[in-house]
Amino acid sequence: MAVMVGKGAMTNSIEELAGTDFLLVAGSNTTEAHPVISLRMKRAVRNGAKLVVIDPRKIELTKWASRHLQINIGTDIPLFNALAHVMIKEDLYDREYVEKRTEGFDELAKHVEFYTPEYAAEVCGVPAEDIVATAREYAEASPKAAICYTLGITEHSCGSHNVQSIANLGMLGGNFGMPNAGVNPLRGQNNVQGASDSGALPTDLPGYQKVERPGVREKFEKAWGAELPKRRGITKITAMDQMLRGRVRGVYIMGENTVISDPNTNHAQKALEAAEFIVVQDIFMTDTARLADVVLPAGSFAESDGTFANSERRVQRVRPAIKPVGESRTDVDILLDLMGRFGIVQDLESPSDVWDEMRKLAPIFGGITYERLDAEGGLQWPCPTEDHPGTEYLHADEMESGLPGYFAPVDHIPPAEPTDSEYPLVLTTGRRRSTYHTGTQTGRASGFDLLVATELAEINPYDADQLELTDGETIVVRSRRGEVEVPVLITDKSPHGTIFMSFAFPELTQTNRLTSDAYDFITETPEFKACAVRIEKIAPVTASAD
Amino acid sequence: MVTTQQKPKTPVAKQLNVQVNGIGVGCAADARVLDAIRTAGFDVPTLCYDERLDPQGTCRMCLVDVTVDGKPAQVAACTAFASDGMAVETHSDEITEYRKTVLEMLLSETSSPANCPKCISFKKCELHEAVEEYGAKWDAFPPLVPREKVDDGNPFIQRDYDLCISCFRCTNICNDWEQVGAITVEGRGQESTIASFFENDLMKSPCTFCGQCINTCPTGALTDKKIVGKTKAEKLERTKTICPYCGVGCGIHLLTQDGELMGTEPDFDSPSRGSLCVKGQFASWEFVKSEERLKYPLIKENGAFRRASWDEALDLVTSRLTAIRDETGPDSIVCWSSARTVTEANYLMQKFTRIGIGTNNIDNCSRT
Repeated sequence: MAVMVGKGAMTNSIEELAGTDFLLVAGSNTTEAHPVISLRMKRAVRNGAKLVVIDPRKIELTKWASRHLQINIGTDIPLFNALAHVMIKEDLYDREYVEKRTEGFDELAKHVEFYTPEYAAEVCGVPAEDIVATAREYAEASPKAAICYTLGITEHSCGSHNVQSIANLGMLGGNFGMPNAGVNPLRGQNNVQGASDSGALPTDLPGYQKVERPGVREKFEKAWGAELPKRRGITKITAMDQMLRGRVRGVYIMGENTVISDPNTNHAQKALEAAEFIVVQDIFMTDTARLADVVLPAGSFAESDGTFANSERRVQRVRPAIKPVGESRTDVDILLDLMGRFGIVQDLESPSDVWDEMRKLAPIFGGITYERLDAEGGLQWPCPTEDHPGTEYLHADEMESGLPGYFAPVDHIPPAEPTDSEYPLVLTTGRRRSTYHTGTQTGRASGFDLLVATELAEINPYDADQLELTDGETIVVRSRRGEVEVPVLITDKSPHGTIFMSFAFPELTQTNRLTSDAYDFITETPEFKACAVRIEKIAPVTASAD
Repeated sequence: MVTTQQKPKTPVAKQLNVQVNGIGVGCAADARVLDAIRTAGFDVPTLCYDERLDPQGTCRMCLVDVTVDGKPAQVAACTAFASDGMAVETHSDEITEYRKTVLEMLLSETSSPANCPKCISFKKCELHEAVEEYGAKWDAFPPLVPREKVDDGNPFIQRDYDLCISCFRCTNICNDWEQVGAITVEGRGQESTIASFFENDLMKSPCTFCGQCINTCPTGALTDKKIVGKTKAEKLERTKTICPYCGVGCGIHLLTQDGELMGTEPDFDSPSRGSLCVKGQFASWEFVKSEERLKYPLIKENGAFRRASWDEALDLVTSRLTAIRDETGPDSIVCWSSARTVTEANYLMQKFTRIGIGTNNIDNCSRT
């Protein structure tokens, strides 16, 4: 989305969702993955808004929806192109907005001509009239129509094109830069926004300033008093390939259980085993830490001082309630010490010093100070000056890029690994409300085992019947990359031909042993949402002959 | 007496001038009398009121005297709209005596005095505060038949019907705010209790254990099983911070007693307005105290970890990374930052990678 309008972040605020007239939620199991955002969605429905859910699974949010477009996995682009097709063909798009604020409309119009509702209906497996009705309702509610999406959209090999097809729709409706509207990616982790904001990206210095853009590097070189590397760096996915080739030898991992959370566990594990020297800085002995040569004990959030940035670009203060346990030290403390050992001279002692250095170098945070955060409770970037109130919704007067919004004509790309007679089922992965990610935190909270005790493979009753499975039976799920044993949960949440699993119980079921290492060729986001698997019954144990 | 009032449909002035106990305040056109009272710096007990919900006006504790156009009336401050020129009196003798009587009736429902002294609440008890303020007596009315604690085996929420004053904040937050509908009012009149469908077992109900019923309960009838009995309200310190789970960034308070973590509570003054899910409410602190936390640096030797000092560990990191950098160049090292830790640590990590190692090979998990 950054390519089209300048910023890849939630355009609007969480609270604004409650006041929208129309909500399109695509690839987001909001009640499970972002329960508190789902409250604002439910509130919108109670206030009279229409909700349309686009998801291959019959997720809980569909209870509040006026329509569920239960598309086949990985057919988002034909659907969104068809919605654009209807808006253009029936002249429902915001002509004035498109003329004033966008470019490339004619190319898009020509491109989506092919994507008739009838064509999309066939590919996506939903009725054509539902596509037409959705387009009309979205257009009618615009520019007070909001789209939300999550990893169901991005975790595909065509993830960035999925996002672009959604952004096209947003621009046709004139929904960028309007209150209670926009195109909103809901971020998965507490500070995934902040990690990117701070420049922990191979292409970006703090505040999304491009490494390779003229003038940017020089500014940081002057401020840091050191020469900066000129070429962009490599992503995690590329780095793992290079470890296997011996070209990446040293790895420093802070706070991430890469082995469990990344796709194709066997591949990730082999890559890290191939590296010569690994440092892991974490709060627990994770499966990744076990592979390390040096393990540094870090402080948890409850011991840390600093900030998190949430999904709506809001920077909020994190405050220590207790002292670091044992000899552990906070991440900031450890890194300041290490940087000293590398001969880096800097006048930084506390998280607040670090923040101040960053905000002076990154204009979008310029006006955010700890004092203001303490007094005002949280500020949304961009916030360039200390008298700026922060930004509730982006692109108000112009796109954040300072340029027109570019329409992106994109085509359908099916998932990289299609099903076949050998692996006839699609595995899609995601979260459950009461477990989180690799389970290092929820796995240690008492009582949570009573809510969801183990990993479960959710399968449609029809498929279960075909395979002669009974509820709770332990089966083997096998893909081309690995296999796991897991109990079955028979539910019509899963559509025919698809099974669903999370990855929160790595002790027993390492789901990512199955997942594919296909990834989006622009963002290198892995395709967690679709890979081909088969289910095998575990043969009953029979008495041995001797 | 005016008890409820519909929102005025005719356009009203943007700003209303209201007198509260002789002090003039300006408030918004859609302000309730309670907003005017609180803006003026006064307060009245509001046992059935949660500002996130439509007011109910059922507990009758916020009854106040108002005068509009010279005509006196008594209204529930939470439901009645303010009007321009309205005069409000919050603590007339008659109203004060009335509140005391209402409280004494509520106390008879909780069938105390036996209960309150053994109060288990670790947060402020709104009922107890009001009882003290108005000098209500425990034995003014004969107690009702004691109702029982319900232990349905769920690991999170303790229910003690004996402390329930039937304010229905819990059912309203569950039905209107969360829209989950796990609990409802069962029975009528004095027999009414809060129950969940199907055998009154929360684990079999649609309950998501978001904990909002606990957080809105004005007494200790609903409380956090993990904390209750282990601490007291007056011993707790609260640290305002952010939930460590998803990207919503809900505000929480970490509760500590003598430097030890005891639990969490939502932060009602944060943009999330006190909302939490089961993880933020019940899973955001125990992992911090886990015995499995890493407590000292470790160095691997011959395939096994041994304890090391910080100096030794960081020197080893420095010498090995420097050696790799010098042998095969800075691009043969990668650093991965964390979406779980503070932005400041992420900033330092990328700065370290870029000028300490000399490569842009810095990434985080935003793609995964």
